[in-house]
Amino acid sequence: MEFIQADIVVVGGGGAGLRAAIAIAEADPGLSVALVSKVYPMRSHTVAAEGGAAGVVLDEDSLEAHFHDTVAGGDWLCDQDAVDFFVGQCTREMVQLEHWGCPWSRREDGRPNVRAFGGMAMERTWFAADLTGFHMLHTLFQRSLKHPSIRRFDEHFVCDLLVDQGQASGVLTVEIATGEFRAIEARAVIVATGGAGRVFRQNTNGGIVTGDGMALAYRHGVPLRDMEFVQYHPTCMPGTGLLFTEGCRGEGGTLVNRDGYRYLQDYGLGPPDPWPRKKAMELGPRDRISQAFWHEERKGRTIPTPHGDAVHLDLRQLGRAKLRERLPQICELARDFLGIDPAEAPIPVRPAVHYTMGGIPTDVNGAAPLPGLYAAGECASSGIHGANRLGSNSLAELCVFGRAAGEQAARYVREAAGRNGAALRWQAQDARERVLRILARGGAGGERLAVLRDEMAQSMEHGCGIYRLGHEVEDTCRKLAELKARLDNVALADASAAWNTEWLCAIELGFQLDVAQAMAHSALARRESRGAHQRLDPGCEARDDASFLKHTLAFHAFGGAPRIGWSDVVITRSPPGVRAYGGAARELAHA
Amino acid sequence: MPDGRSITLDILRYDGARDAKPRVQAYTIPFTDDMSVLQGVQYVKDNLDGSLAFRWSCRMAICGSCGMMVAGIPRLACRTFLRDFAPGPLAIAPLEHFPIERDLVVDIGGFMDKLGQVKPWIEPRVARALEEGAYRQSPRELERFESFSHCINCLLCYAACPQYGHDPKFLGPAATALLQRYNLDSRDGASQERMEAAHSEEGVWSCTAVGYCSEVCPKAVDPANAVNRTKTESAIDWFARFVRGGE
Repeated sequence: MEFIQADIVVVGGGGAGLRAAIAIAEADPGLSVALVSKVYPMRSHTVAAEGGAAGVVLDEDSLEAHFHDTVAGGDWLCDQDAVDFFVGQCTREMVQLEHWGCPWSRREDGRPNVRAFGGMAMERTWFAADLTGFHMLHTLFQRSLKHPSIRRFDEHFVCDLLVDQGQASGVLTVEIATGEFRAIEARAVIVATGGAGRVFRQNTNGGIVTGDGMALAYRHGVPLRDMEFVQYHPTCMPGTGLLFTEGCRGEGGTLVNRDGYRYLQDYGLGPPDPWPRKKAMELGPRDRISQAFWHEERKGRTIPTPHGDAVHLDLRQLGRAKLRERLPQICELARDFLGIDPAEAPIPVRPAVHYTMGGIPTDVNGAAPLPGLYAAGECASSGIHGANRLGSNSLAELCVFGRAAGEQAARYVREAAGRNGAALRWQAQDARERVLRILARGGAGGERLAVLRDEMAQSMEHGCGIYRLGHEVEDTCRKLAELKARLDNVALADASAAWNTEWLCAIELGFQLDVAQAMAHSALARRESRGAHQRLDPGCEARDDASFLKHTLAFHAFGGAPRIGWSDVVITRSPPGVRAYGGAARELAHA
Repeated sequence: MPDGRSITLDILRYDGARDAKPRVQAYTIPFTDDMSVLQGVQYVKDNLDGSLAFRWSCRMAICGSCGMMVAGIPRLACRTFLRDFAPGPLAIAPLEHFPIERDLVVDIGGFMDKLGQVKPWIEPRVARALEEGAYRQSPRELERFESFSHCINCLLCYAACPQYGHDPKFLGPAATALLQRYNLDSRDGASQERMEAAHSEEGVWSCTAVGYCSEVCPKAVDPANAVNRTKTESAIDWFARFVRGGE
């Protein structure tokens, strides 16, 4: 095993990890940064984000409005100090990306353009056609190449976190191409590994989105916060779950049922006219729109497809020229995967799992409860999303909190003491032996990896879907415990050292089962309905601020179910109120 | 089998630790009309042979991971459909012109180095503080470089490029497209420095103008156009030396 020293190790080469690495290099080019990613950075899942990134720019808009949209959108489970910090930094970060070359779509006068997005009162979503995540990721990656202090470890899989005397102190990696182990020792670790949507069946996520960083921190005693809040994006391709951006609706697309009826008006988001209008109908928040689909399906007003029922996303009214300018990738996806020209025919869509609101708890500097550990991006619970994230807040979050975590980690390592190298090496050897045991088991046991993975995904959909029932969540909790036991009996067909993705998938499935357990047990403990967590059992159907205006904390317990604890929500100036959209919001304002 | 149809995939296998040379292994799998080649190889891995190695992630033709030779042509596996090749046999092989790491996985380290050589970042023509806000760039100015910015680094163009096959040091289509992406950006002022990479022996001049790179590009980046532009600019640079009175 090779041992490598760095000042800071960043795990994950997506938007948040790259932004953190650049922030460290800019803060102090003398600090060595090890940027570790299980894929080449430009493959990271930031690449698939389409619609845009939030940042207040219009004269008639305000940080206050962005704050209130975000807090109400999150059903008041947001930490308001974090939201304040966040909205205050978004625009700076969008301008920073612009200076680094991000090809933002432009207005005629040459300023970056902004579009409307769900739950946002104003146009404040910066976009690069419908390739925003792609362009942000490539801009950040290419920019990172300018900094010699960033040493990349591409296609290195992180097996474990190294912790010395209660301080995060590095990671154990395996080089995928060779199977060789490398331990990277550092005085700070920034986790930026993205979400965990692949624990569900129909999802918008890439195959790499397996919750690795969340599970690594969790196993070392860091609680995972608000994990029951999983976002279903309402407009995805039936079967594969591929995403049709909310930007489709931001640009004027409508959602209609089998009868051509704009059904969202039946679910507290109407009236449908005048159109277009912010924070109403198709520009409502994602949780409400996905929930409306669930009801339409049960009323039998949806459209059957070979991969489950759908509604229609109708973009015909935009016209071919606007579709080509604003939504080229959507046109390409509809054409290539469905044989549909959106200028001529509506696109069948249904909700699919998209985003994990919860994760590793952090303060506004990205610091996690374990000293020396930082987290940023989807793997973190920075407190800004609460019970439901608004579209375009996550791409902005990558930059705001990626930078904050990078700068804070750079400050931290100036003061932090050196680590006990001998203890870390022993720990790395131990972790290495643990993951090699999975490989050594070979063909014994008889369980098949793909079967376990499918059973997990089915069970999560059953118990932790758009609406939840206590006894179904309990089914899922039991199933996950069973799958964890069966994981020990997985038979691997591959015994090679080079590119043994079967072995790595087995390690990932272990991460996924831990994260899934945190989700299911948190969902069971939260006996109320809030944002993306909706329960149908008696007594749990409404929001219950008296008992549950709290963050959920899931603590890992070896060999057993997670222990659930709670922590306070930071409320600074927006007391929990009624979450209303469309005409209901107007009535409330006038009441 | 969902609707009773099946297809045979002839997949190239190679593991340097045990195989003296690559071999072809055949797998017959059930398929439906909407199944991609990627879903086909995933079916093989999940159900028939867990040892098959290939890269993939997004499934939607944007991460650039799953480039392979499918029926002899470089394509993204996620956006190529089995129905077009049934009942097979369909030949699936790693991207040509790259060393094989294992099975369908190739070594792209050489491209990653080239990417760095073209300085793919803005060196501002006019410095601007963040407090001054965004640069102005008209939609027309954006349009000048926009298509070159669509490169997903899938490397199908390198697998299509005979010159790259002949000389792996050749800068090649995607890296040249990125060079132009920054050179044509109204905010940038470093085209001269970037042209150093293009002038050299392994720069754009060894391109033999086959144009196959643009044909296989899944994102209409048109790297052949980038290479041609760069050749023209490189020639102008060369003549400009004499106009300036030599060096």
